[in-house]
Order: sequence, then C-alpha cells, then structure tokens
Amino acid sequence: MKVVRIGAGAGFQGDRIAPAVDLAERGELDFLVFECLAERTIALAQQARLLDPARGYDPLLERRMRAVLPLCAKAGTRIVTNMGAANPHAGAERVRAVARALGLTGLRIAAVLGDDVLDRIGGHVLDETGAPASALGDRLVSANAYIGVSGIVEALDRGADVVICGRASDPALFLAPLVHSFGWAMDDWTRLGQGTLVGHLLECSAQITGGYFADPGVKHVPGLAHVGFPLAEVSDDGNAVVTKLPGTGGMVTRATCTEQLLYEIHDPANYLQPDVIADFSGVTLDEIGSDRVLISGAKGAPASGKFKVSVGYRDGWVGEGQISYAGANCVARGHLAVELLRERLADAGDGILEDRADLIGCNSVASRRVSGVCEPAEIRLRYATRCRDSETAQRVAEEVESLYLNGPAGGGGVTRSVREIIAIASTLIPAAEVPTMVELMEAQDETA
Amino acid sequence: MRLHELVHARTGDKGDISNISVIAYRAADWPLIEREITSDRVTAHFKEALGGEITRYALPQLCALNFVIRGALTGGVTRSLALDAHGKCLASVLLEMEICPK
Repeated sequence: MKVVRIGAGAGFQGDRIAPAVDLAERGELDFLVFECLAERTIALAQQARLLDPARGYDPLLERRMRAVLPLCAKAGTRIVTNMGAANPHAGAERVRAVARALGLTGLRIAAVLGDDVLDRIGGHVLDETGAPASALGDRLVSANAYIGVSGIVEALDRGADVVICGRASDPALFLAPLVHSFGWAMDDWTRLGQGTLVGHLLECSAQITGGYFADPGVKHVPGLAHVGFPLAEVSDDGNAVVTKLPGTGGMVTRATCTEQLLYEIHDPANYLQPDVIADFSGVTLDEIGSDRVLISGAKGAPASGKFKVSVGYRDGWVGEGQISYAGANCVARGHLAVELLRERLADAGDGILEDRADLIGCNSVASRRVSGVCEPAEIRLRYATRCRDSETAQRVAEEVESLYLNGPAGGGGVTRSVREIIAIASTLIPAAEVPTMVELMEAQDETA
Repeated sequence: MRLHELVHARTGDKGDISNISVIAYRAADWPLIEREITSDRVTAHFKEALGGEITRYALPQLCALNFVIRGALTGGVTRSLALDAHGKCLASVLLEMEICPK
C-alpha cells in the first residue's frame, strides 16, 4: 500500500532551522512543508513590497532554502511553503536564484498566485468594524484570502519541486500534496477531512513533538533542547501515523497529539476550511509504538463556498516603556510611577487612545483576576499606549525613560519602544471571486 | 485539589477568540472533569479578566474539553496592548482552579 511521508519544516516565521535540515537529510520524505505566515505577517510583508516591488516574501526564505534545497533535491523531497507571503512571484524568483547558485539547475519552482484580493475587497463589510473595507481609506494595507489546495495541487501536478504560495489555509499546505499524491476527489469529504487533520496536527512543527508542552514535575519531555520536527506517514484512506526521526529529542504521544488537535480549534465538529468543513469530533489517537501515534476518524462536509479574508490596516502606534523596582515597597513605587505617567501625559488628550499599566510579576499576563495582595521581591512596570501618531507614542516612551530622574526611588533598567500597529480584520469572499494561477519556472531559465 | 494534578491544557488564539483545551491525564478522572469543569466555573475562575461568552465542547473519546472564549484577547494579537497578546498563558492560569474530587 502506498504511503506518503510528509514532514513539517517550520511552524512559524522564526522557527528553528536545524530540525528541518535533519528531516530533509534523514526523513526520506516525499514532501517537506514550511508554514511561516501568521495573521499579521502578510500585512508587514505587503508594506515591504510597497517599498520595494522585488520584496514582500519571507525574509528567511533564502536562509531556509539554502539549508534544505540540496538535501531535498538529493532525496527527491518536494517543498511546499507559504513563504511567498505578499509576493510569491518574487519569492519563487529568489528560490530559483538560490537553486542556480547551488548548482541545482534542474529544479522546477512554482509560484501560486491569486490570494491577494486587495483590488476587490472594498465593498466587503469587515466583521470587526461593521463597515466596508473601503471605509479604511489609505489605512488599508492588505487583503489576502485563505485559498485552498487547487493552486498547489496544480503546481505539483505540473512537476514543481518547490511550491511558493502566499496566504493559504495552513492545513491546505499539507492537504494539497496528499490530494496530488493519492488523486483524492475534491468531493471525497472524508479523505479531505482526514488530510486536513494531518495538516492541522503538523502545521505547528514542534508543538506536536513536545514543544509548548513541558511542565516540570508533571509533563516531562526528554531531550527538549534538540526537539525533532514531526512527520506523518499517510495512507490512501487518510489514516496516518504521526512520528519523528529516531535520535531526535521530544516525544509524540497521545497527550501531545490531543493538545495539538484542539489548538486554535473552536467547534471540533466544524473546522472551516476553504475546501472542506472538517469534523474532528470523532478523531481517535492511538499510541502504536514509541513516538508513533495513529490518527484516524476525521470526517468532512462540503465547504461553504466562501474564503476567509484577512484585511490588514494601519491602526495607530504603540508607545511603550518598562522600568524595574525591587525590594522594600516595590509594588507601591510601581503604582506611584503609573500615577505620575498618567498625570504627565494627561495633556496628550485623545492623542492617546488607550493605555495599559502592568506590574510584571503581579498582574501583567493572565492573572488580572488576582486582586489584593501581591508582594514579590521585584516588579517591572510596563506602561503601554495606543496612540494616534508616532510623535505621541514617542513621547510616552520618553516619559517612561524620564522616570529615572523624575520618578519614584530606585527605578532601573528602562527599555522603550515605538512601533506602528498593523491591525487585522476579517471578512468572507465568494470563492469564485478568487481564481488562483500557477507560474512555473525552471532554475536554468533566464530571469524574466 | 488543584486542577493541575488532574489535567493538562493548551491555549490557542484566533483573532479576539481564545480557546483552552483541558485534557485528563487518566481516563478514570474524566467523569469528574466533565462534571466539574463547566463553562460557569471557568467564567468564575477568570472573573473580570476575560470578558466574553464561553462555549464548551467535549470529546469523550480523548477525555478532553475545549473552551472557546470570545472577546478574550482585548482586540486580538495585532492591536492588543497586553503583554501576552496571544493569551498563551491562560491555560496555565486555568490549571490553578481548585476542584473537589468527590
């Protein structure tokens, strides 16, 4: 029986590269998938593209490809990635240049285009604002649809060794190679559901092999420092074994798989995807060997015919600063510093749209519910604001820094930052309005 | 006893929605978990920290619950001023819940 071996080479933009190299070298993979595009990443990439039309793809694309291309070419492993970000064409050109520099002249590289819907999003009402996207005016930066498998499958069918796309549904990056390899019908809802399950479990790389899991004393993860990335051995019926390479750290167990199964899932019976509504409610996970978990039981139903669109827009600036207080009465001095900041910044009026003060160590992260006594050995005050303009944000950062000489006793270790906010809103667009295209190039071709 | 002894948990985020999975270590504890860890108890545990409506889903074959909390992330990761804008820490805070093992 045919088995497709598919691995995860990255689960976010800044992910570790060594485990991907290991998979490329020893994994005997058919496909290696790099998922590098978070909600906001593509809007930032769009800004880079506006400054330079040859940019807008993932800044780590070249580094990752240099690391794995020779190994993948040797092993016959094909690569699928969304590192094209806001500019898959330029990303594919870059991969071609890398391949040529490495002497891999036979390599075929495809760009999947069509997710960028900025030119037709204006009339669509955004969930978060309740207004059409066009109301954002020149604050509108990007609009990208979460496309499904069709473009990636076409690229693979046409022989691409490396497929570079922009925004696609994360599981689709894995589902597409399975549809291509097994020839699954696009109305075979059970198999599409199963393939989506494989993609969902693998798309966050080490999060299923022991990353984001360890809790000393209760959840021990052996060899976490050298955690391996996952791979799946997928059968034609869509059942799969999730595992990792021998000799790598981490672990694949029912527990790691269960946590990842529900990661970023709402109703497990209705996981909305561009090609299928996957149903994970009956999924079973069975440990069939050391670091081997059999996954099965996913189902599917016809997709809605609409694609989710992430719309990026400029939404002001964050001005932030931090300062530490320690020892006797440190919490009271932190509170005093916040009072001073608010009084000194009062004349900024509505230039400051929102502010937030945290005493890190007391109430900064998830423990705002803890009211009352907090007596740590030290605290770090973090004062953050959302401002209309960069000048106001800058002023906030300066006021935090000025606490050195003008604030409570014994403040130390100031850090400050100012950054523009690219916010994300969502809407839906009919799939028919989002045609995808494939551009295929060979490494030996002249640059267009 | 503290929930931390009975279950493990993981937080995920999408936009302004957080989800927290709660998974029993031992199948024998599942009836207790399913009975005790209700949406109301989770709401009460987080008090004012998480504003939104909480929905619970159960996967008995995996001894797992999934809590979906709308409006939990002060606008979502892209515009929130929160230090942990993703809400990654929320699952561990939930594990501080005290439950009665009867």
